[in-house]
Amino acid sequence: MRFRNNWIDAKVSAIEDKANNVRQITLKPIDGAEPFTVGSHIDVSVIINDKPEIRSYSLIGTQATEGAYTIAVKRLEASRGGSKYMWTLEVDNQIKISQPSNHFELNYGVSDYLLIAGGIGITPLVGMAEEIKKKNQATVNMIYVGVNPAEMPYIDRLKAVLGNNLHLHFSDIDGLYEVNRIFELANKNTGVYLCGPLGFMNAIRKAWENSSFENTNLRYETFGASGLFAPQTFKVKLPRFNREIEVAENQSMLKALEEAGIDVMYDCQKGECGLCQVNILECTGDIDHRDFFFSEKQKKQNKKMCACVSRVANGDLVIDTSYRGKV
Amino acid sequence: MQSFTINESFPMNAWYAAAWDFEVKNTLLHRKVCNKPILLYRKKDGTPVALEDACWHRLLPLSKGKLKNDTVVCGYHGLEYNSDGRCTHMPSQETINPSACVRAYPVVQKYRYVWVWMGNPALADVAKIPDLHWNDDPDWAGDGKMIEVKCNYRLVVDNLMDLTHETFVHSESIGDEHVTEAPFDVFHDDNTATVSRWMLGIDPPPFWKSQLNKKIKTDEKVDRWQIINFQAPCTVTIDVGVALTGTGAPEGDRSQGVNGYVLNTITPMTSQTCMYFWAFSRNYNIKDQSNTTELRDGVSRIFFQDEIILEAQQIAINENPNREFYNLNIDAGAMWARRITDKMVEAEQQKNQ
Repeated sequence: MRFRNNWIDAKVSAIEDKANNVRQITLKPIDGAEPFTVGSHIDVSVIINDKPEIRSYSLIGTQATEGAYTIAVKRLEASRGGSKYMWTLEVDNQIKISQPSNHFELNYGVSDYLLIAGGIGITPLVGMAEEIKKKNQATVNMIYVGVNPAEMPYIDRLKAVLGNNLHLHFSDIDGLYEVNRIFELANKNTGVYLCGPLGFMNAIRKAWENSSFENTNLRYETFGASGLFAPQTFKVKLPRFNREIEVAENQSMLKALEEAGIDVMYDCQKGECGLCQVNILECTGDIDHRDFFFSEKQKKQNKKMCACVSRVANGDLVIDTSYRGKV
Repeated sequence: MQSFTINESFPMNAWYAAAWDFEVKNTLLHRKVCNKPILLYRKKDGTPVALEDACWHRLLPLSKGKLKNDTVVCGYHGLEYNSDGRCTHMPSQETINPSACVRAYPVVQKYRYVWVWMGNPALADVAKIPDLHWNDDPDWAGDGKMIEVKCNYRLVVDNLMDLTHETFVHSESIGDEHVTEAPFDVFHDDNTATVSRWMLGIDPPPFWKSQLNKKIKTDEKVDRWQIINFQAPCTVTIDVGVALTGTGAPEGDRSQGVNGYVLNTITPMTSQTCMYFWAFSRNYNIKDQSNTTELRDGVSRIFFQDEIILEAQQIAINENPNREFYNLNIDAGAMWARRITDKMVEAEQQKNQ
């Protein structure tokens, strides 16, 4: 369910670095925190290039503590600007946040869980692990993949909860994670919860789809910020309008089109709904499809792309939008 | 001090009866519980399912769609959902939006009712289902119905927690002057309240005389009891019966009498409507189906009298917006029930400061 946001004032009540480039930020709403279910996130009003934008952050843990929500933000040089802003926050700063809302709900009717985290994708899964352990007789395993322990927050906290059921993988030491290893910890009744960078999630989703297990037993949450290539500036030509615009490194193509006065329909802005799709006429580089709307087959065809999240690396792009009026 | 007259709140973290067992089939049933629309159906394997009755996409009630085996198909654009509430099909696209789902409520069938938990699913403990075992205990026989009453559910609980009203509302069947005159005791703990009333050495009212005669042919005087037990937030069981005077019923020997349980559980639909599930179970003459039917229809007529009173009371509350109830000595049980419920609501509404 989608809920309308009620914006409330909150104060930064604590800041603590939990790993290299991962900062835990505690936000205390002036009127107290609401109860939430694990998997929930809050929206935060951030300032990017002097303009307000909205970013979503998963809540850490199973409940608000001392009236405050806890989130963790990874500083990404290649981000769209949200993390950079969040890292400027200091204790006692005031910001606007939404009530918690859940698009990644835990199904309680399951006896066996597998939580799979890639990097900062750990954030919604910490609370899930704690909740299942606390409330449920069920088995829970977690696979937590990261570069190395110094980059990965909450390892000790998770070890304390999960013991030997926490399966860590450090790609610096262990090499690339072989996705088929998830099946060592899954059976046809396992409920799988996945969150992580795009490439990681795609690989696991693909392996799951090719397995004999029910598709619906795998749930995942996207946060629309990662791709297969680092973000680069690229040029977009629109022959219909006889225009050429530039998409900056920290800007989405959708925003660049909007700023150039070219109307594109959109809704979710995280590559899920498909409303912002544009036709690709030509591309001299690699199209970095970062959405979850198009199928693998459609992505390979490179005929359409989602302007909200997808980008071009190593080249430029020629597109057409749906406008058919007079130019 | 909270208003007794207009306090309409209900706890979310509780089991509420959403339907009788037989009402839930492999077909779509709409119900409203705690202001939320829910969709009930039974999977082919017999397990009940309770989903949010609003499509993820455009909020059309899914109950307006159809069931394809265990899959719900929205009647507007054909989105499909499995029994966990996850979307399994979207029109005109090759993928499914990862956030597409409707909420699946914890649901359990027990004591002939289908119970749903509308609050935090992590707290849904089956052990918290109110005890209504007389409904399907082989030593007891009975049946009941559900009525939708246009009043706040607390008014029904009030009604059941004090049976003085029997004398006036049900004078031809179960009410007589003894019910208003006999003394009563009120006890309570954190989750329950009990009102107990014994009427010793009386002539049984017509209803009880006929029931006792099914077991013992007699014109003797009886001891009559009414032990009302409230289980938070809205279940009331009433242990009722009569036994021949002097045979030890008040001390615990009910062998020379007949015993029934009036089983009531009330589910808030909105602040001004509720589903009132009731049943009457007895421990005598239990193989006599015609007795069961007769009792169900008899109680049904009696409860219709309550329905008229309760709906008129709700209208009166609305028409007298600034009036508060007065409370009498006889309201102690109802007031404990309200206070226990208020504490539940308060505890779950408390923000984490």
